[in-house]
Amino acid sequence: MRSKSVVTWAGVFALALYSSMAVGSKYNLPEPQSVIAKDIYDQHIVLLWICLVIFIGVFGVMFYSVLKHRKSLGYKAANFHHSTAVEIVWTIIPCLILVVMAWPATKTVIAMKDTSSPDMTIKATGYQWMWEYDYLQGEGEGISFFSKLSTPRAQIENKEPKGENYLLEVDNRVVVPVGKKVRVILTANDVLHAWWVPALGIKQDAIPGFIRDTWFTADKPGIYRGQCAELCGKDHGYMPIVVEVMEADEYTKWVTAQMNASAVKTSMHVENK
Amino acid sequence: MAAVHGDAHGHGHDDHHPSGIMRWITTTNHKDIGTMYLWFSFAMFLVGGTLAMGIRAELFQPGIQILEPELFNQFTTLHGLIMVFGAIMPAFVGFANWQVPLMIGAPDMAFARMNNWSFWLLPVAATLLVGSFFVPGGAAAGGWTFYPPLSTQGGLGVDLMIFSVHILGASSIMGSINIITTILNMRAPGMTLMKMPMFVWTWLITAYLLVLVMPVLAGVVTMLLTDRHFGTSFFNAAGGGDPVMFQHIFWFFGHPEVYIMILPSFGIVSEVIPTFSRKPLFGYSSMVYATASIAILSCVVWAHHMFTAGMPTVGQLFFMYATMLIAVPTGVKVFNWTATMWRGSMSFETPMLFSIGFIFLFVIGGFSGVICAIVPIDIQVQDTYYVIAHFHYVLVSGSLFALFAGAYYWIPKWTGRMYNETLGKWHFWLSMFFFNLTFFVQHFLGLAGMPRRIPDYNLQFADFNMISSIGAFGFGLTQLLFLYIMISTIRSGEKAPEKPWDGATTLEWTHLPTPAPYHSFEKPPIVK
Repeated sequence: MRSKSVVTWAGVFALALYSSMAVGSKYNLPEPQSVIAKDIYDQHIVLLWICLVIFIGVFGVMFYSVLKHRKSLGYKAANFHHSTAVEIVWTIIPCLILVVMAWPATKTVIAMKDTSSPDMTIKATGYQWMWEYDYLQGEGEGISFFSKLSTPRAQIENKEPKGENYLLEVDNRVVVPVGKKVRVILTANDVLHAWWVPALGIKQDAIPGFIRDTWFTADKPGIYRGQCAELCGKDHGYMPIVVEVMEADEYTKWVTAQMNASAVKTSMHVENK
Repeated sequence: MAAVHGDAHGHGHDDHHPSGIMRWITTTNHKDIGTMYLWFSFAMFLVGGTLAMGIRAELFQPGIQILEPELFNQFTTLHGLIMVFGAIMPAFVGFANWQVPLMIGAPDMAFARMNNWSFWLLPVAATLLVGSFFVPGGAAAGGWTFYPPLSTQGGLGVDLMIFSVHILGASSIMGSINIITTILNMRAPGMTLMKMPMFVWTWLITAYLLVLVMPVLAGVVTMLLTDRHFGTSFFNAAGGGDPVMFQHIFWFFGHPEVYIMILPSFGIVSEVIPTFSRKPLFGYSSMVYATASIAILSCVVWAHHMFTAGMPTVGQLFFMYATMLIAVPTGVKVFNWTATMWRGSMSFETPMLFSIGFIFLFVIGGFSGVICAIVPIDIQVQDTYYVIAHFHYVLVSGSLFALFAGAYYWIPKWTGRMYNETLGKWHFWLSMFFFNLTFFVQHFLGLAGMPRRIPDYNLQFADFNMISSIGAFGFGLTQLLFLYIMISTIRSGEKAPEKPWDGATTLEWTHLPTPAPYHSFEKPPIVK
């Protein structure tokens, strides 16, 4: 009877734990939307389980000792104080666990670093405090725009109720097609910034005077939000990143609209001269 | 702690030292200087803590309420700098001043006058740092890591911070040289290196780390200063420099620095656990080797703070593997502490509670450390609240809890008076509860995508931030209880027995009366 209830409770506990780690939970990384983000998500879960097992092992022993080996229970202290064999065992076992952790991580690092043969390339430039995007190569080449926070000042100053995407909304989103390998080139104009979209598993510092790159391939159409992740001054908290992933045909329409708009702008500019 | 000296006058030689304020300004006594270090660090802890309260008050709700973003950044920057350089490091030096001579049977520190100087530099540095809030443009606001080019932009506050760091660095270097010299040259006859108490060992290794890395910090802030004012371009790409080079140099200092703040706490815990387990420390020599391994490894892992700065694949892999390796000696330490407790005869006075709390929470910080070491995961959590949670688990429930353990453990020896055990236990349990309330939820915030160093956030982060703020206010108030306990112990605590801890085996408990006389070990004890 007793052992049965123990098993039941252990099952409930394990389920509760697993569901608390479930996709989309506010207790965990956001739902992954790219291969890399998925790898990261899975590795994180595996590590949590490994940590949990070690935690139970170490503190099971320690708290057993705390409960049983008390002076107040009249427990007499033993006098052992070293054992080379035990020391060797508990040096080697952690090493083996680390190898298990490092193996998949190494593969992911190599994959993350591979920015070769992209379908399109976008340059993101960090400014205090907005982003500029230049479509350098692939469909949409030549598109260029700035992307700024669009949350009204009044919401920040608590004069209006805050919207669902408070501080995570911009005037112009970066639009990319679904399933295409997008290489993002990063730099900055003034100070360090970092371009981070959690759902796509990508974060890269933008460094003034230098170029860095990274990549992602979005699995599904949708809107993915992130923020600048490197302290860049007063309005560091106010330069979000919003990526909109579209189906290929919609993306083509978007590119055409952008091209027409910029053509109109250019011709107006010429006429004004 | 000051009460030590009431009846100690007239004891020992040349004891005609000045009284009143001049006594403290001119003192060369390691106990006086240790006391001043400890009070200074506690004062700075309160200042840094007040800044933390400001930060948590602003983050209590979304929207801007109390601190404008610029001032918020000044608060986070100064909170970090003051806690690291003003509170935690000087507190450990205070413990070293009090305890190293007592534990190795030396009459004082090797360079007694330099000891005075290294302490009195601290108030000067602290004045510059805290005073920078009141200069035009306000205090430095580029984070405690003051990465350029942002820190090149700041005003006079940044210069004050740079000078302050110079002075603090000079103080630390002098303190470390003093500690190294004392330990290597002034041990009692018979005390070989491998017979030294663990606290002394950990400080010896820490002091070497300090001597190694503090000049690097001094160098990097000087480069920043000349970039700001004298037209150099070390960190300015337009002039041929590299902002990322700053990060490499800073973290070459900065990573050993985190071990500088944790190794002495390993030492304190390694004294407390055997005493209250009434059983010798398990695996003494492996503890020494583990400490040394951690110190050496800590010098080759710095770039794990910079995985998102962009570096070659091989670089990322090297720094990932090296960082993960640190888990091995750290694990050995935890296993040794557990084995020390195993089949001991334990009692749970406040120092023991803080030490067990230390191990428990430090291990959680260690787990999140391993998770942060894995490059792909770090890409997600770097510069988020996950990292904030991680390093507060190792720095607050790590270093700070160990400092509390040490303070309760040695206060009877220092003052001859006993602290109030009931209040001490309240202090522990309240700290434990509020600490976890504050920082555990921050793991979730970081995973869900909240960057650090932002004054305002999306509504999805609102409930955890409110919980965290409530925890922080509770934690802050609880530390005033510690102040009350210490003051009431010093003023009116019960007289401590000669040997309040029956399991203690180090020289200060076995060879000295309680309280320790103003001049102790004028004749060295013989260690068998």
